[in-house]
Amino acid sequence: MKNVLTIAANETRRIFVSPLAWAVLGISQLIFGYIFSGAVIQYVQNSETQDQAVGVSDYVGSGLYGSATIILLLILPLMTMRVFSEERKSGTLTLLFSAPVTLIEIVLGKFVGVMVFVIAMLGLLAIMPASLLPAVDLDVGRLAAGLLGLLLLTMAFAACGMFISSLTREPTIAAIGSFAALLVIWLLKMPASFDSAYAPVFDYLSLISHYQDLISGLFDSSDVVYYLLFTALFLWLTVMRLDMERN
Amino acid sequence: MVSPDILIEARGLTRRFGPNVAVADLNLKLAQGEILGLLGPNGAGKSTTMKMLTGNLAPSEGEVFIKNRSLREDAVLAKQQLGYLPEQPPVYPELSVDEYLRYCAGLHGIASAQRADAVASAKRDCGLTEVGRRVIGNLSKGFQQRVGLAQAIIHRPPVVVLDEPTVGLDPIQIREIRALIRDLGRNHSVILSSHILTEIQAICGRVMIVNRGRVVYDAPVDAQIGSRSLTLGLARPPAAQALAQIAGVCGVDALDNGRFRLSLEAGADPREVLVALAVQGDWGLRELRMESKTLEEIFVELTSSDAAAAAEAILKEAA
Repeated sequence: MKNVLTIAANETRRIFVSPLAWAVLGISQLIFGYIFSGAVIQYVQNSETQDQAVGVSDYVGSGLYGSATIILLLILPLMTMRVFSEERKSGTLTLLFSAPVTLIEIVLGKFVGVMVFVIAMLGLLAIMPASLLPAVDLDVGRLAAGLLGLLLLTMAFAACGMFISSLTREPTIAAIGSFAALLVIWLLKMPASFDSAYAPVFDYLSLISHYQDLISGLFDSSDVVYYLLFTALFLWLTVMRLDMERN
Repeated sequence: MVSPDILIEARGLTRRFGPNVAVADLNLKLAQGEILGLLGPNGAGKSTTMKMLTGNLAPSEGEVFIKNRSLREDAVLAKQQLGYLPEQPPVYPELSVDEYLRYCAGLHGIASAQRADAVASAKRDCGLTEVGRRVIGNLSKGFQQRVGLAQAIIHRPPVVVLDEPTVGLDPIQIREIRALIRDLGRNHSVILSSHILTEIQAICGRVMIVNRGRVVYDAPVDAQIGSRSLTLGLARPPAAQALAQIAGVCGVDALDNGRFRLSLEAGADPREVLVALAVQGDWGLRELRMESKTLEEIFVELTSSDAAAAAEAILKEAA
């Protein structure tokens, strides 16, 4: 456990000394802010004409947290691409391989390191609607479910991205590869809408179907389990891949 | 069972990459206080051997023990006893020297209270005290190499494996690093590879020459190496026949100016006899010198004859 934290702390430090992290944080905040203010303005305009059936939490929840998934889908491959591929390219993976740590500790440490960055980004996403709290009666539970969904979704993105990064020594290939893999798993939603016996299977496997419940404030433990299983599977695959590297 | 003062032992290490055998049946035993030099031409299997010794590459066959712990079964405990500097120093260019070394100290299980001391002493040993706050990526190659070395010794491991530690250093730095390695060698086991033969001769107590994945030579550096010869200079030389009859001499080559090179039987030392004979026969002894082969001669003999044989085999195949 101590080793996991040591590796995670180093990973987070390396992410935050790179200009990429700050550029990603800055630009994503700009986009999130744009979407957020758009959602608020839209609500203000509509509230005068419509009844109050649709609350501000709906606008913010589905507007901001719904679009955030797409932006995170673009960002996460960029944040995970370097995790193993760059270390392999520059030979620093040797440092970890000859240190008294297990492969599981290495993979978990790096995963936690990346998640610290992601959580910082999600924290900013949480503050945005929270800024309305003094003025508006927000459905905090619903927004919390949406944030939890985002956290679970990004864990799945990060685990898959790390696995793809462990397959190659070129960070750019890792980025493209994990973006493609995540998009395909996401788009399993498409065959799920076809009239077929396997439609429910595709629907279950798609990354996004489980998020839709959470974003509408519905906390279903099977959705949570899906993301945790997805994350664990790819972390385990990464451990396997690193083990293969030595053989 | 391995005796307790053997710090690292390799038994029958073999590594195949597909049909290619990179290292074949390599055995190695190193006690505390020994420095072993690993020599070999490019592609001989030095780096592969070192990767296997440090757990970066699993051997196809054979096993490595560090302080009696199997690197395969007790990997974490075995690796605690190990410091490794690979060919390319494993440094993160975006971190400062202090940040990086603190991380390495933590990775090797040094408690946070002792980390600052460990970092300071590793920096002192490797001459990095001045550059602690600099970012590694901005340092010269020589300094990056030193950072890599500091990383390998920060936890004072009993076994230190260094792959070409003095590459890219200036002559002063090389001297310092050599002194440091010799110092380490007193209490630790050190394995280092190098292309520089004089370096191996200067630092190492033992030398191992690897060629095409096989150990072709393994002996202490100061051992009487291979077959020896005597150079003899005489003012009034007798017939070469007379010299060849002396006990222990198995061949005589006449050089210019009354000088001879006598090749000797193993273990023979006819110097006293020669002096007595020279006085008796009034040969006018001018020069008498025992020569043993240098490491370089041995290296060239063992590795190039093999290369020549390989070339011949290829030619034969082609014909």
